[in-house]
Amino acid sequence: MAELLDIATRVVAWANDGEHIEAYVVHERETEARAYDGKVEAFTSAESQGIGVRVIVGGKQGFAYAGTLDDDALHETLREARDNATFAEPDEFNGVAEPDGVAAVELELYAPGLASFSTDEKVELAIELERATLAADRRISGIESAEYIDSVYESAVATSTGIAVLERETGCYLSTYALAEADGEIQTGFGFSIGRDPRTLDPGAAASDAAERATRLLGASKPASERLTVVLDPWVTAQLLGIVGHTLTGDAVLKGRSMFAERMGDTVAHSSITLVDDPTNPAAFTATTIDGEGLATRRTPLIDNGVLTGFLHNSYSGRRAAAMSTGSAVRSGFKSAPGVGAQALALVPGDRSQAELIADIDNGFLVQGVAGLHSGVNPVSGDFSTGAEGLRIRKGALAEPIREVTIASTVQRLLQDIIAIGDDLEWLPMSAAGVSMVVGDVTMSGA
Amino acid sequence: MLDHELINRTLSTAMNTGGDFAEVFVEDKRSSSAMFDDGRVEELTSGRDRGAGIRVIVGDTTGFAHTADLTEAGLRSAAEAAAAAARGGGGGAKTVAVSPIDVARGVPARIPPEDVAKATKVGLLTLANEAARSEGVAISQVSARYGDSRRRILVANSDGLLAEDDQIRTLFSVSCVATGDTGLQTGRESTGRTVGFELFEETDVEDMGRRAAQRAITKLAARPAPSGAIPVVVGPGGGGVLFHEACGHGLEADLIAKGASVFANRIGDEVASPLVTLIDDGTMAGEWGHFAIDDEGRPAAHNVLIQDGVLTDYMWDQLRARKEGRPSSGNGRRQSYQHLPMVRMTNTYITAGSDDPADIIAATDYGVYVAQLGGGQVNTATGDFVFGMTEAYLIENGEITEPIREGNLIGNGPEVLTRIDMLGDDFKMGSPGTCGKDGQGVPVGDGTPTLRVTSLTVGGTAA
Repeated sequence: MAELLDIATRVVAWANDGEHIEAYVVHERETEARAYDGKVEAFTSAESQGIGVRVIVGGKQGFAYAGTLDDDALHETLREARDNATFAEPDEFNGVAEPDGVAAVELELYAPGLASFSTDEKVELAIELERATLAADRRISGIESAEYIDSVYESAVATSTGIAVLERETGCYLSTYALAEADGEIQTGFGFSIGRDPRTLDPGAAASDAAERATRLLGASKPASERLTVVLDPWVTAQLLGIVGHTLTGDAVLKGRSMFAERMGDTVAHSSITLVDDPTNPAAFTATTIDGEGLATRRTPLIDNGVLTGFLHNSYSGRRAAAMSTGSAVRSGFKSAPGVGAQALALVPGDRSQAELIADIDNGFLVQGVAGLHSGVNPVSGDFSTGAEGLRIRKGALAEPIREVTIASTVQRLLQDIIAIGDDLEWLPMSAAGVSMVVGDVTMSGA
Repeated sequence: MLDHELINRTLSTAMNTGGDFAEVFVEDKRSSSAMFDDGRVEELTSGRDRGAGIRVIVGDTTGFAHTADLTEAGLRSAAEAAAAAARGGGGGAKTVAVSPIDVARGVPARIPPEDVAKATKVGLLTLANEAARSEGVAISQVSARYGDSRRRILVANSDGLLAEDDQIRTLFSVSCVATGDTGLQTGRESTGRTVGFELFEETDVEDMGRRAAQRAITKLAARPAPSGAIPVVVGPGGGGVLFHEACGHGLEADLIAKGASVFANRIGDEVASPLVTLIDDGTMAGEWGHFAIDDEGRPAAHNVLIQDGVLTDYMWDQLRARKEGRPSSGNGRRQSYQHLPMVRMTNTYITAGSDDPADIIAATDYGVYVAQLGGGQVNTATGDFVFGMTEAYLIENGEITEPIREGNLIGNGPEVLTRIDMLGDDFKMGSPGTCGKDGQGVPVGDGTPTLRVTSLTVGGTAA
């Protein structure tokens, strides 16, 4: 959709002398089909668009947005952003991104096949997902939801420094929440399948994952508190990496909100840890060729064999840190100015399977799910406490299910207490890849 | 917001393929915010979102479409898309005529945010920053945020309902980082009400800055939190999150209908300690979860969910209520015109008890006192829930002693409700919250007096 870029460049061309403008324009088409009881519970067909305009004048920054793209809205948004800038205080490092000569990689993020996938086929997929979930195990008593979602997302960034880029991507997603019941007790589990073309989605795999997650916890009990070795499932590790990634952003580091601010070059993690943010990796579902400010994305090493080697920067934090932007400007839609964040984090995997790692553990806990990371983890202090459920490990083998416990440590200690990384790296529907991780000496709180 | 004849024509289009029910939800929302961070006013943001969401129900199927184009053509095409999505059987045309309903309006905002100069809003941030930093050199970073929104909505449906509301909300928060030998710690203070700029006649932002700073400084000396199941006393206003998670979500009729709640089929049962009376009340003027009508056009209501420990009712939206042949309880809410409504809480609270809060602490030999809670999360099907403590202390020999570090508490809703053995007479509403469900966030309030749970698992690292 070339018009998006036209709109962005047109707004930027309205810049006054001495003024810098960045326009971010998006258009999204989304459909969602929810199945229940073998029928369509809800079908949503949605189209949305919007623009976010950032103005910097005399080092002062203002921002405004609108959810429509008519001419009046564009003018009003620019006017508001200009007016907002006059009330901010100057910062010499404020500015839009400057072209840095780094060429964007070529990625196939757009699957043309989505356009020819009919409404009936989408509905059929959602209904098939529900059917497969209910049939996956005799203990599955119902579903909370089974849905198919797809989107075509287009975004354009233009700046008064000459950036004018467009990105277009498709995404398709199946997700199911199963309820399992035995002896009057209910447990839940989710499963998903993700891709760029709906024909690559696998409802059977999503269904069996959901059934497996729901049934494996049936009969779980609450154990006594103790310190033990934990194995984090890939799904859990990926969420932990998201928190670590946040502490390594230029914004957190420069504003004194990261425990790693003064630790560049130090050993901050076990020597098995090599962490990289690489949104150019086509295997990542969050892969992208341009960042939120229109710069090419790139591979950024963060931790190398345990040693802190890099932080993530957008153009503001890069200038302020006397470094370059790492192409890590991220946006949460068009309603806010770009921040800085990880886009596709991954650990370099080890060479042993989860089963082999477990075989070495005499007394442990395979953590298959966590709850409350947003309320129990403080990314500034590093305090880490989260609800957890999963299976006990006894004498090298998986044992009984446990639930209603927490595991606690600090982010700093967790990284140092890592014992091994598995070989089972998998990309998940979040900005990090999962892999099994063994951590020693973690407090499990229970009864 | 829209001409009545245009609404009638749009609803008629939506019903054209034989729908059982159609609804138009129109929203025009303006928001503004100002952010102070790192010693300066960093940025002001303002924006506008407007559009309409159209829903058509045929049998058990809901079709939904939304558009930012509020012209007749835009609305017609959204109505056709929603009708097609609901896959109506072509049961014949139906004309719709809407008429306004009388709804008791909330107290209107005295000072609408658009009447206040941006410089005045920005000035509050600077005051909060200076007050926070004056608490000591340990305060190494301060951020403060001012935000306001004005959300005008119109709901019309094929039953003839037509209702409008004008919702103004104002929010202010301060976050501090303190640096010491033990590393970094944080402290936060926030307030938000469904009022205009008059919020700041009753709210002292300098006081908020000082309290956020003190909270961060106090935590520098905090010990690791205990680990294991012990008595927990939650201070006034703080326990709302606990009930929101322990049973609030589990009382939402959509989850009940799918068997995804431990509270299904429990009406009339004793589900909590007899001390507990739980109410969800959207009518509480000025509170963060207040509105005159919900996002389906139903008047806000005072709903008793648990009376003296006995489960009396669930919370309902239109879809679930229609199926049960009962009225909605005014709990149908949505994040924006781009979302389908579903059952949501409003202001959820526990009524006051009769214990002196000092007696509750004195009666506790060993435990944890939680002064401020963070967010939480629940699995409604199992009842297992967590919530974070962002300011907490040890209770030793009946006295509050040392501060402890942050962490989650974990419990099971039905079990925890029966373990509430003391309830204070000091009811207070808590901090403004955003409740997330199925990816949609809506503003909610909560409140409790001081209360004690005889046993909850505290997720710390100390033995």
